[in-house]
Amino acid sequence: MNSASAQSAATVDALVRIRGLKTVLGGKTIFDGVDLDIPRGSVTAVMGPSGTGKTTLLRHITGQLKPDAGEVLVDGHDVVRLPRAELFDLRERIGYLFQNSALLTDFTVFENVAFPLRQHLRLPEALVRNIVLTKLQAVGLRGAAELVPSELSGGMARRVALARAIVRDPMLLIYDEPFVGLDPIALNQVLKLIRTLNHTLGLTSILVAHELSAVSRVADQVHLIAAGKIVAHGTPQALSRGETDWTRQFFGGEADGPVPFHYPARDYAADLGFGAAP
Amino acid sequence: MSAASRRLGYVADALAQVGDGGLFFLAILRALPASLRYLGETVRQIWFVGAMSLTIIVTCGLFVGMVLGLQLYHTLSIFGGTGALGTVVALSLYRELGPVVTALLFAGRAGTSITAEIGLMRATDQLAAMEMMAVDPMAYVVSPRFLAGIVAMPLLACVFNALGIAGAHVVGVTWLGLDNGTFWSNMTANVELWDDVLNGVWKSAAFGAVVTLIATFQGYTTPPTSEGVAYATTRTVVASSILTLALDFILTAFLM
Repeated sequence: MNSASAQSAATVDALVRIRGLKTVLGGKTIFDGVDLDIPRGSVTAVMGPSGTGKTTLLRHITGQLKPDAGEVLVDGHDVVRLPRAELFDLRERIGYLFQNSALLTDFTVFENVAFPLRQHLRLPEALVRNIVLTKLQAVGLRGAAELVPSELSGGMARRVALARAIVRDPMLLIYDEPFVGLDPIALNQVLKLIRTLNHTLGLTSILVAHELSAVSRVADQVHLIAAGKIVAHGTPQALSRGETDWTRQFFGGEADGPVPFHYPARDYAADLGFGAAP
Repeated sequence: MSAASRRLGYVADALAQVGDGGLFFLAILRALPASLRYLGETVRQIWFVGAMSLTIIVTCGLFVGMVLGLQLYHTLSIFGGTGALGTVVALSLYRELGPVVTALLFAGRAGTSITAEIGLMRATDQLAAMEMMAVDPMAYVVSPRFLAGIVAMPLLACVFNALGIAGAHVVGVTWLGLDNGTFWSNMTANVELWDDVLNGVWKSAAFGAVVTLIATFQGYTTPPTSEGVAYATTRTVVASSILTLALDFILTAFLM
């Protein structure tokens, strides 16, 4: 199913194309031959049990981490072999929302959002102000422009980070766990924002998340990663029907299945000092 | 693991750190041209590591000068040469104590704060965020601090020297009754601008480079944990102090 879907997707215009990705980190195999296509203009969710390397996949796509084998093409550029200067040129067109927001703590909210503009473009101050306030308005935090990151709650910081990620109208937006720490009101607004950005600006989004309900409202397709491979792929509705062992366990939230709930350990009874004699 | 092989492991780790530090220095040099774009950031860092260190430099300079005045007056009086107090104080400060003590104080005051700041930026993904915004943290964060150290340290050493001489003057002339004219004329007759004063300035610029190189390296490569940052700041002070004193010996041998 995996290779067939990858081939059919290859015929569509893929902004991100990953082939034969292999990664070993600290002796542990994270990816063992991942093929993945992310069509232009789509919202693609990457889901999977904790520790399966979803964030690592995002770091491969942005060239922060080099894989052991395979190629990662973003807009036709092989990020694995791209020289640093060209990689930076490519990154200027990518917005990245970090799991922990990663706001610059020395700067106010306004200056954080203005940072990418000020670093790369020489714009009149009035224009910078307008762009920044527009983006802050979109995440509902125009009034918080003069606060510093330490005065923000986790959810607010995430929305500021989102405003910063979209400030240069990127071609590709990458969200690492965008829904964590958001209250239902903010969650709704962020979901709407993700959809609106994709529709109005025609950009492509990749998001890593665990919340199936939120993902199914926003994503066009979902890739389920487990055991170093893409084990399932399709629309959120199709996957949530749980037609394979992987999807049934993951979307049904069952402890028993192909993914072990317990980290590998020795026998429980023996660990507690019962059962087998020492 | 046996004690011997563990000790060997420590040595290997230390050598690897030296190698990584050397590569980091080359990376700073490569990033220097790009960092000229961030001149404002460099100026802000000079203010931060320079002006903000003035209190400790002024206070310590004054006390070191006063104690030098006391000790040397006592020693010189044994040979009946108290008239040379100004010269001896000035030469010891300009050539040795000013640059070295300033560097040690600088490592404690500014070096640790650079390490902790960059270490926390690493731990909170701020450096990764800059990379993702196509801003090179070596050019935006590290190089400006490195340049600031090279600029600020000689200035701080000069302030230290000035306050040290003032302190020795207070003790020698005001307190112990040495003739004011003798104090100054002996000093101006025997202290050379190039050989003595500027020798110290070059030295302290080198110390500034070494201390900020260590501070930025430790911060940049720290493990992203609270324990990691704590160890990194400690290593900054220890490594800076050792390297400053070792380098001082080497430079003195060459500059003599």
